Amino acid sequence: MSILNYLWIIPALPLLGSAVNGLFGSKWPNKIVNVVAVGSTGLSFLAALEAVREFTHLAPENIPWVKQYFTWIIAGDFRAGFDLQIDHLTVVMLLVVTGVGWLIHIYSTGYMAHEGGYYRFFSYLNLFMFFMLILVLAANYVLLFVGWEGVGLSSYLLIGFYFLRKSASDAGKKAFIVNRIGDFGFMLGMFLLFRTFGTLDFVPLFAKATPMPADAMGHLGMFTVACLLLFMGACGKSAQLPLYVWLPDAMEGPTPVSALIHAATMVTAGVYVVARSHILFTHAPTAMFVVAVVGCATAFFAATIGLVQTDIKRVLAYSTVSQLGYMFLACGVGAFSAGIFHLMTHAFFKALLFLAAGSVIHAIGGEQDMMRMGGLSKKIRWTYVTMLTATLAIAGFPPLAGFFSKDAILLSAYQSEHGGRILYAFGLLTALLTSFYMFRLIFLTFHGKPRYDEKKVHVHESPKSMLVPLMILAVLSIIGGWMAAPAFFGSPDYFAKFLEPVFAQTAGGAEAAEAAAQALEIPLAIVAVVSALLGFAVAFWLYLKQPGKPAQLAKSMSGVYNTLLHKYYVDEIYNAIIVNPLLWVSTSVLWQAVDVRAIDATVNGIAEGATDIGDGVRHTQSGNTRSYAVWVVIGALVIIAIIFWPYFRPATVGMVR
Amino acid sequence: MVPTHYYLILSAILFGLGVVAFMFRRNIITIFMSIELMLNAVNLAFVAFSRALNKLDGQVFVLFVIVVAAAEAAVGLGIIIVIARNRQSLNVERVDLLKL
Repeated sequence: MSILNYLWIIPALPLLGSAVNGLFGSKWPNKIVNVVAVGSTGLSFLAALEAVREFTHLAPENIPWVKQYFTWIIAGDFRAGFDLQIDHLTVVMLLVVTGVGWLIHIYSTGYMAHEGGYYRFFSYLNLFMFFMLILVLAANYVLLFVGWEGVGLSSYLLIGFYFLRKSASDAGKKAFIVNRIGDFGFMLGMFLLFRTFGTLDFVPLFAKATPMPADAMGHLGMFTVACLLLFMGACGKSAQLPLYVWLPDAMEGPTPVSALIHAATMVTAGVYVVARSHILFTHAPTAMFVVAVVGCATAFFAATIGLVQTDIKRVLAYSTVSQLGYMFLACGVGAFSAGIFHLMTHAFFKALLFLAAGSVIHAIGGEQDMMRMGGLSKKIRWTYVTMLTATLAIAGFPPLAGFFSKDAILLSAYQSEHGGRILYAFGLLTALLTSFYMFRLIFLTFHGKPRYDEKKVHVHESPKSMLVPLMILAVLSIIGGWMAAPAFFGSPDYFAKFLEPVFAQTAGGAEAAEAAAQALEIPLAIVAVVSALLGFAVAFWLYLKQPGKPAQLAKSMSGVYNTLLHKYYVDEIYNAIIVNPLLWVSTSVLWQAVDVRAIDATVNGIAEGATDIGDGVRHTQSGNTRSYAVWVVIGALVIIAIIFWPYFRPATVGMVR
Repeated sequence: MVPTHYYLILSAILFGLGVVAFMFRRNIITIFMSIELMLNAVNLAFVAFSRALNKLDGQVFVLFVIVVAAAEAAVGLGIIIVIARNRQSLNVERVDLLKL
């Protein structure tokens, strides 16, 4: 029995766990809920490992391995099946999702131990795993969209997990609605693809698309429009400009959710879709350019906001937006494997950062404001060590994971034909900013003097169930990038080589660039490290050597500082331009005028009319026998009158006589 | 010989009286009598036509009507006695329990 024939088991296990916990978990003690939730995802992870092992033994002509289970929709020429596929790209996503997901499940058993709705949390979390696995395993856009919407649903449920808090339920709604704007584009993109190719299955669709001529730069052909529409969906899901606003608010959810959904897996679905559709995107250079510019702009924009935030989770949220921007930048300049590589390393270190932040919050009794922390490094040593590892990784210090992936992206950006130097400059600047705000976070949280009330708050290290996932992720954050290390010694890195079968068409003619890349690789890496060091140095100087300086700077540049603190007033602008007019139209036009005055009034009027007529006619039924007799007589007279009417006409009177 | 329409006019007058009494009297026995009056007005018309058309059908019908009227009188009087016992009154306006 080969598990490749039973791929459906991988997503089905978490679904089963979700159903069991959701239906019966409310009566069970936490331990049984743990066994079901962690067990089902763990088995899913093992199944994924086994599938990957068998996958590596497949003959090249069997890749991508597609398995059709049943037909879901048939309408005319249209067929959408429950088809799962596995190729090299899927393998990476599959391992990241199940592996990181499993670690976060373990962590959650410690983090959520004292929370209400324990079984509900794990039911949702398992449901998320199911939909995310459907998303990465889907063999057509329709099934992918099922997973896409499903992760959105679970994200909504988990952001609003503390639904009694209004800000949490509002954040959930915001995430759902903003995603919907993107989904609208995604669906239009799917329709256009179906109209053009007559299928939405990946393999035949890409086979048909490959020989077609590419759109010219600046020309809005079919490919460009379809790719831009798909990218619109990706923007919503992966929190890119201008649809990023939901992600920082999504931090209202429990911290493990932020780690799993809003850092490691779901938000990278947009990058995955772009990489999955790379054949379409390479046919649309304009769309690629848009992707690169949007990614680069988002990376820089979000990083600047992250500089001044004081909520530890918000800093990480903006950092996530920024890093997702990097991934899109990589895809936009054609370096899909670099984008996916960064996706993977980011999943490790950003999940670690969030989980460590959760450990800090847990230790200090629910406080999230970094201004009320400080000096924690000695008290929660393991959390500190792991978080510092992740920070070094995200800041891009060699030889940690982030260094390799970020370096690959910056190199590809530098070599890009369209505006490469500018993209590279902004990418590098963002790397500097990233290094700065991450070390700012570390210094404010773990170093300096304690700024919390030491008598009241009892700082304590987290339980083992939380620390072990942190350590595993820390190890992964260190070694996760080493697959790309050979690039520095003149051979292509293993990760890109592994993904080559998927991205082969797009990598064509890269040999010439390869040689140029060799020459650039090491100087660019040095520049990147220097910028990371610079960010570190500035943060060190501002927050450890001169603790009064940041406040002084904020005062002297209050305009810039306030703009950043209020996130460029984007939420306010959206409220003024879109939300409030929409609310006004909904309440005063659609609700009070159309609904109440027109539709309700008509319906109620008809009902009231019927009631009034009935009320009037009711009085003829007196119950008095003689009044019925009167009606009988009147009826008889009328009938007689009708029958005899012709004989009473004056002209015929004579004849009767 | 008396012309047929004399009988018919008499029959119509009797029937009309029966109808009017049925509608406007309150005493249930009077109403019952007005029903008998209407039936017999019809009987008169049947007999008159039977004679005028030289057919026996009308007279056969009359016999049926008399039988039905006798049966109806028996049942009706029984109902009237029960009403009178239960309500100590023969006023038909008070028999209105079917009203909503």
